[in-house]
Amino acid sequence: MEFLTLKVWSPYLVGVGIGVLSWFTFLLSNKPIGCSTAFTRTSGMIEQALTGRSVADQPYYQKFPAKIDWEWMFVLGIVIGSLISALISGEFQLRLIPSLWMAQFGLAFFPRFIAALLGGIILGIGARWAGGCTSGHGISGTLQLAVSSWVAAILFFVSGIITARVIFYGLGG
Amino acid sequence: MLKTLHSQKKIQLIFGLLMGIIFGFLLQKGGVAKYDVILGQLLLKDFTVIKIMLSAVVVGTIGIYLMKGMAIAELHPKPGSFGMTVIGGLIFGIGFALLGYCPGTISAAIGQGNLDALLGGFIGILVGSGIFAHLYPRLDKVLQKGWFGEITLPELFKVNPWIVIVPLCLFIIIFFYVLESIGL
Repeated sequence: MEFLTLKVWSPYLVGVGIGVLSWFTFLLSNKPIGCSTAFTRTSGMIEQALTGRSVADQPYYQKFPAKIDWEWMFVLGIVIGSLISALISGEFQLRLIPSLWMAQFGLAFFPRFIAALLGGIILGIGARWAGGCTSGHGISGTLQLAVSSWVAAILFFVSGIITARVIFYGLGG
Repeated sequence: MLKTLHSQKKIQLIFGLLMGIIFGFLLQKGGVAKYDVILGQLLLKDFTVIKIMLSAVVVGTIGIYLMKGMAIAELHPKPGSFGMTVIGGLIFGIGFALLGYCPGTISAAIGQGNLDALLGGFIGILVGSGIFAHLYPRLDKVLQKGWFGEITLPELFKVNPWIVIVPLCLFIIIFFYVLESIGL
């Protein structure tokens, strides 16, 4: 079982593992792997808790009710699975700033916090706008050969590559 | 028998959790729960993300279409339109590069202890999803623009799925070979 305590696996092996996992999500649960609707549902639950009013009358929450479903449990599972993997390989560490960010933009947490928050807001809007994220479109949608997912996945990367270049090398990069 | 299993709500919630645990374990082992690896991909210096996604596509596509052929699995392709998929995809990419995680990998990043993911990105995605839910009633026209629906590539080209799958998988394998031979 030493294999399970390795810090990194080959990306091809991980990809094959995810491909096989997707067979079982379809077979046993009739669900594609996906993550971003769980964030919508959670957002609705938080809005309900904060305002004390049900969000059930809002059109988007009629499509995706603010309650726990398969995908919500799946996303909770991701946190747990990653925690297990990190703990048994000695990789778990509370870290404020990723090292690549630190090398480029310094040690202050505030700029990274703002970038992550703003990036998260934009990504959250984009994922719901496109109807899926890097999992729902990028993996499950592409492997079903969905046209929407191939277009979305390619554009996620085209836009991401351009934005990353601007952030790291400036507009001239 | 599978249909009965699919309709058992409590068992399905447990399945969701267990399959999520496996997915999170794999994402962490693959290194894609790291900002550095995701930005490395977007800066075209590290191809881990693409290698993982495309290997999953090869294995997943073959398996899913075999199971579909045996009538033991059904497809759930997402609908798309120009206004939805193209605009949404471009917005997503901007957030993806700024944040350095996506909704799946940020959950794995939280699991391995990344606090920028938990305090910044996670809250940001929740806020962004909430903003979209409130904008949604006013976005109808944009989202419907250039509607093409839940079509798949074999349906678009009106061919047998394997006419698409075989060349696609071969292309991906050649792409991997090229990546490895140029040391990426």
